[in-house]
Amino acid sequence: MPRSRRPPRRFRGGAWALLLPTWLVLGVFFLAPLVLTLLVSFRQRGVYGGVEPVTDLGGYITSGAFLSNYARSFAGIYAGIGWRSLWMAVATTVLTLAIGYPVAYSLAVRVPPRWKDLLLGLVVVPFWTSFLIRTYAWMFLLRTEGLLNQLLLGTGVVDRPLEILYTELAVMIGLVYGELPFMILPLYASLEKLDRTLLEAASDLGAGRASSFWRVTVPLTAPGIAAGIVLVFIPSLGQFVVSDLLGGARSMLLGNLIQNQFAVARNHPFGSALAFELMAAVLLLLLAYALYMKRKGEEVLL
Amino acid sequence: MSGPVAAGRWSRRALAAHTALIYLFLWVPIGVLAVFSFNTGRQTAVWRGFTLDWYRRLLANEALLASVRNSLVAAAATTVLATAIGTLAALALRRPETPGRGATLALLFLPMVIPEVVLGAALLTFFGAIGLRLSLVTVVIAHVVFSVSYVTLVVRARLAGLDPALEEAARDLGAGPVETFRRVTLPLIFPGIAASALLVFTLSIDDYVVTSFVAGVGSTTLPLHVYSMLRVGVTPEVNAVSTLLLAVTIALIVAAQRLLRVSSSEGERT
Repeated sequence: MPRSRRPPRRFRGGAWALLLPTWLVLGVFFLAPLVLTLLVSFRQRGVYGGVEPVTDLGGYITSGAFLSNYARSFAGIYAGIGWRSLWMAVATTVLTLAIGYPVAYSLAVRVPPRWKDLLLGLVVVPFWTSFLIRTYAWMFLLRTEGLLNQLLLGTGVVDRPLEILYTELAVMIGLVYGELPFMILPLYASLEKLDRTLLEAASDLGAGRASSFWRVTVPLTAPGIAAGIVLVFIPSLGQFVVSDLLGGARSMLLGNLIQNQFAVARNHPFGSALAFELMAAVLLLLLAYALYMKRKGEEVLL
Repeated sequence: MSGPVAAGRWSRRALAAHTALIYLFLWVPIGVLAVFSFNTGRQTAVWRGFTLDWYRRLLANEALLASVRNSLVAAAATTVLATAIGTLAALALRRPETPGRGATLALLFLPMVIPEVVLGAALLTFFGAIGLRLSLVTVVIAHVVFSVSYVTLVVRARLAGLDPALEEAARDLGAGPVETFRRVTLPLIFPGIAASALLVFTLSIDDYVVTSFVAGVGSTTLPLHVYSMLRVGVTPEVNAVSTLLLAVTIALIVAAQRLLRVSSSEGERT
């Protein structure tokens, strides 16, 4: 921003007062709970739930007991759940990118201007509507006596109803369905900004359609792709509604496991350790994203 | 000669077909859900005739109505608090020389990216540790935490599009800082504030994950109640309540988008 366009000085010296409510609310009810959770993750579950008191702090630390929740999370079934969550999140991200890019391209480049607002709105609305209800819609469609099976049976495509609901396939469909708008919108934002003359230049220089797409369009929209990946991967990794409603007993994800430790197993220390691992994974991804955007000289889109 | 042109036409058609299919994928499930909320049959996958019975039943469902009341109270309180706090922060963050600007931006960024299940778990642990009983108060606190960032984001965008000359003109004409703010800045950014309030209301009324951790006995919100209904099974009542919630969300979002669009085109004109 050029210096002359700087907003006039107001509330001189009082800016901190305007920031005070934010720091109070987020300091007390966001940062403090996170710090507390980190501390709890080093402790052990008490006999009646709660947290076991530590009598010998030195011994507790030197024996490595404070890391036992973390050690447990990397072993046996918990490691399996972790890997499956990671795999599902990666698959969701790849699928939404592959499906969403052409849609964003259509919206940004092909759609006539008078349709644009409506078509964009039709992506924005699901972006904001309840994940819960959008997941329920798939329960309704996929169940054994649901509409999809009625349709398939009625047209004779299958002679026995497909058992899709409560499988990993159902979870995958639900995740892709739920996250797709979060991929399309950042892609659209970067495709919209694309300088069309560069594509003309590529074509004048003899590049074919495919070559100018892969060598001009895709690299220039890389920041949008990165933002889409971040926006889809993070919620998919911590997802628990979709897997709880559409998945069976065997499709438990990290999100369900964490929720379980708090709601059912009452093992807050173990749940806290899992929550911190999830958060560390997310923060690492964000750090990579921020570094990438900085190198590209782009403004972080989030 | 016609080779590349024909290929181009073909790829255009494939792109259009793909886009149309994805729009169907996005909207057919929601559409089907809504249509079947008006179906007479209890066996919900077969259309038997039009009825409003399921909606009438909702009105007689005391537990559901109580959860709607809880949701409305929580969403209203969250909207007022988050909009006020977030707008104040946006105003302070407007000046590059504001102390702690970078740290505040980072602080506001985190709640938007932290997995909801982590936020819910952390708040539950925290409320337990400070001895705050789970109630609508804890629900409102949690909702303010995850929505205040969105307010700052939207209002900051609006402030960034503001022409400083307008405020300078007001100052040159003798208006003090307070008067300039009240009569120039505030009216200009009001559409942004109103839009962010609508978004906060939507976020709050729709939230399930964080709320499921911090709601106590008697503070069940609508999404929590719906969740317990649909875990039991698919019924036309669930379709009806989902359709209503969907309709409310769509109305709020369309209104927010309108506000933002109208205000941005006004900005272009000036």
